[in-house]
Amino acid sequence: MTQLHHLSLTELAEGLRARHFSSVELTRHFLDRIERLNPTLNAFITVTAEVALAAAEQADRQLAAGEGGALAGVPLAHKDIFCTDGILTTCASRMLSNFVAPYDATVVERLSRAGAVMLGKANMDEFAMGSSNETSWYGPVRNPWDLDKVPGGSSGGSAAAVAARLAPAATGTDTGGSIRQPAALTSLTGMKPTYGRVSRYGMIAFASSLDQAGTLTRTARDAAVLLSQMAGFDPLDSTSVDTPVPDYVGQLARPLTGLRIGLLKEFFEQGLDEGSERRVREALEVYRRLGAQLVEVSLPNLPLSVPAYYVVAPAECSSNLSRFDGVRFGHRCDSPVDLLDLYERSRAEGFGDEVKRRIMTGTYVLSAGYYDAYYLRAQKVRRLIADDFAQAFGQVDVLMGPTTPSPAFAIGAKSDDPVTMYLNDIYTIGANLAGLPAMSIPCGFQGELPVGLQIVGPHFAEARLLNVAHVYQCETQWHERVPKGYE
Amino acid sequence: MNWETVIGLEIHAQLATRSKIFSSAPTAYGAAPNTQANLVDLGYPGVLPVLNRSAVQMAVKFGLAVGADIAARSVFARKNYFYPDLPKGYQISQYEKPIVERGSLQIVLEDGEHKTIGITRAHLEEDAGKSLHEDFHGLTGIDLNRAGTPLLEIVSEPDMRSAREAVAYMKKIHTLVRYLEICDGNMQEGSFRCDANVSVRPLGQSEFGTRCEIKNLNSFRYIEKAINYEVARQIEIIEAGGTIRQETRLYDPDRDETRALRSKEEANDYRYFPDPDLLPVAIDTSFIEQARASLPELPDQKAARYLGQYGLSVYDAGVLTASREMGDYYEAVLAVLGAEHGEGHEKLAANWTMGELSAALNKDGLDITRSRIDARRLAGLLGRIADETISGKIAKEVFEAMWAEGLDADAVIEAKGLRQITDTGAIETVIEEVMKANPKQLAEYRSGKDKLFGFFVGQVMKATGGKANPAQLNELLKKKLAG
Repeated sequence: MTQLHHLSLTELAEGLRARHFSSVELTRHFLDRIERLNPTLNAFITVTAEVALAAAEQADRQLAAGEGGALAGVPLAHKDIFCTDGILTTCASRMLSNFVAPYDATVVERLSRAGAVMLGKANMDEFAMGSSNETSWYGPVRNPWDLDKVPGGSSGGSAAAVAARLAPAATGTDTGGSIRQPAALTSLTGMKPTYGRVSRYGMIAFASSLDQAGTLTRTARDAAVLLSQMAGFDPLDSTSVDTPVPDYVGQLARPLTGLRIGLLKEFFEQGLDEGSERRVREALEVYRRLGAQLVEVSLPNLPLSVPAYYVVAPAECSSNLSRFDGVRFGHRCDSPVDLLDLYERSRAEGFGDEVKRRIMTGTYVLSAGYYDAYYLRAQKVRRLIADDFAQAFGQVDVLMGPTTPSPAFAIGAKSDDPVTMYLNDIYTIGANLAGLPAMSIPCGFQGELPVGLQIVGPHFAEARLLNVAHVYQCETQWHERVPKGYE
Repeated sequence: MNWETVIGLEIHAQLATRSKIFSSAPTAYGAAPNTQANLVDLGYPGVLPVLNRSAVQMAVKFGLAVGADIAARSVFARKNYFYPDLPKGYQISQYEKPIVERGSLQIVLEDGEHKTIGITRAHLEEDAGKSLHEDFHGLTGIDLNRAGTPLLEIVSEPDMRSAREAVAYMKKIHTLVRYLEICDGNMQEGSFRCDANVSVRPLGQSEFGTRCEIKNLNSFRYIEKAINYEVARQIEIIEAGGTIRQETRLYDPDRDETRALRSKEEANDYRYFPDPDLLPVAIDTSFIEQARASLPELPDQKAARYLGQYGLSVYDAGVLTASREMGDYYEAVLAVLGAEHGEGHEKLAANWTMGELSAALNKDGLDITRSRIDARRLAGLLGRIADETISGKIAKEVFEAMWAEGLDADAVIEAKGLRQITDTGAIETVIEEVMKANPKQLAEYRSGKDKLFGFFVGQVMKATGGKANPAQLNELLKKKLAG
């Protein structure tokens, strides 16, 4: 029999329901792997073994009675940005290294209501600020495909855990590419839904107008299964959208005949490495064979997405992170002499360099005299980019291109050069600025390192994206490869 | 030199919603510290604000009541600054796009003239918590019960020219928000407070002088005193050759002076930007029309009706409409009185409501809604004046007994035997007795000393315990004395 960790989320859910194995058995299996393999990878900040086994026992009782939700007994990992009731929730920051959340995020609550078993809290870039998982207070995460390489970020722990088969799936969040970029770098299927599709309640905010929760899975089918449980209106999040959640799984197999794919001209022009381009073009060829039409489209304002993003996101983060002041929760400096000292030292000690850099940038762009030149102008650029996308979707059904300019880079290679690091998100940021759903799926390797294909769709076209990804995965085996040492 | 004072007010009215503006925590005043703040109010990681619909309805009602424009789309912004009683490190407020703009209302000046005061804008925002500096041994305690309480900040144009006008405007807004039932108006609990922007300029000059903002004035008396102090201070500085620094000042009622809090240069850069957690507030016509339909009769409309329908004076109508409860009480008295004794007693009811009743309420420090004599009972008393069972003078005695003992007028009149004597024969008998007992005065009266008429009235009243019907007594006495 295939080892349990090689089964997909969908297969595990089916196996549990058919009682081929128990949730406790399955949970123990993953906990054992985490215990054995995580010390090298550092994919988890907290492993919740007891909570997981208790939930697994409960799921087994429900399954025995023929009850339980769609994910009854299925283990998964949550990015440590989601609040989990009674469990340490750090956002990979020293600031929250003592913070036990008093409530569950809506995403966590919905998944546990569906029966999912939480294995632990996945490592990430501090407050989701980073593209390499090197900004974590808990240390960098290693890429299971090459331990000297980064797994991407900010959902790097989630990606490494799923890629190394320490969990069948994980939640992630994507503000500028934080699901898609690590998915590309670890050969996973990453789904960032439309802004507003999944509740942000209980997800510690980085940049509120860009943040969106999503999934890191091995297949598009798994993403469809997981997203079905996460998506939907939440009265606790005013920006969540009240439209019905379609049947994602039911639409997976639709044929792609006549699908109009837009190739993003700008994505193939700017600093894309040759090997990655070749893999992406091969994937496009697969789509052509499947009956899709390929059209080149241009989004003239897209090259402005990085500068616009690095104004808007820091602006919002500078305000969002003000609540971490050492007064009510989180890190507080020793023996403050007065209020200002309390603020200054608690925040100086609690936040890492990248977070401080963004808070300062954001404070600057919102300051009197600079607001119009930076924040307001960035918002205008944002609107132009959204208009570009809208126009493109008048001609094509989905847009495709690379997810990242190159495969995984070495740990430490870019950590001293923030701008080079920021440019790593050049292809992913546009979808966040426009609030569009986007995925990254495995499309081959450059040497031993995975390459990702990005698919972007119009608002609320998740079903179409999953379908486009799934049909490709029926034709290809890239997503089935397992990194060496994690078989 | 003659100076002109220029004043604009920013009034903060706490909206009377049951829950907070962005959370479901209750807003009731006076609970144990930090028991009425949930995770949203505490600014916990991951929580999000959700706008309270009834706060929006209240703001719209206010806007309609002052004839303002209601924005089809208004935007919440974050005002960023650090303070321990501001849990998120920013206050959610409205900045560039407030919900209400360009309204006005009229105040009555001392000379009876009306003056229009412009209302620049009114916007929704959340209140902060409280820092408590006492009882913590040099530390500061934070109570976040008030954090997230909805406020309507009402900003006037700099249209007021004296402290009196400022108070009149503030009182008018106070009356209005209570009529609208959008604010309880409790100034002691801080539900209604204001900041005053004060400047002076030479009379006739069109540019404004440099202004100072006096923070957190929470009584009408303090507003007047603080502004007067501030005006005198500014004039003194300028006349001594100095200049006014733009700054924020605090009024100290114990010393009756204002003190500098911070200068313009020290002011925070609040880095306002639209709050990405909240969608713009979209208000359509049907929402506005619903709010309009729910508006009560407003004080000015009611006063005009009292003038026309009841024939009251401008002054009486003003006093009776100063609070919605006062008007309600007055009209309840009229309703009972009218049902039993017909129309024509409007002035009587007005006099008693404004006179005896208000005095008794003041004396006992009671609100009219908690009056010891309710409208039905007062109407019962006035009915006995109307049907001449008792005189107005006796009625005051009856009122006192009603107030003290909580009885109906009729019960007091019966128990004390205060029923007016209207029997002509009985009054004549007493008159004859009085004439007999005072032959000297009778002779003097008959020889032309008319002034003694009052003496005889007094004697008869004394003998009847004040119960003789005054009009009848006058008539009969004149006849009898004439012989």
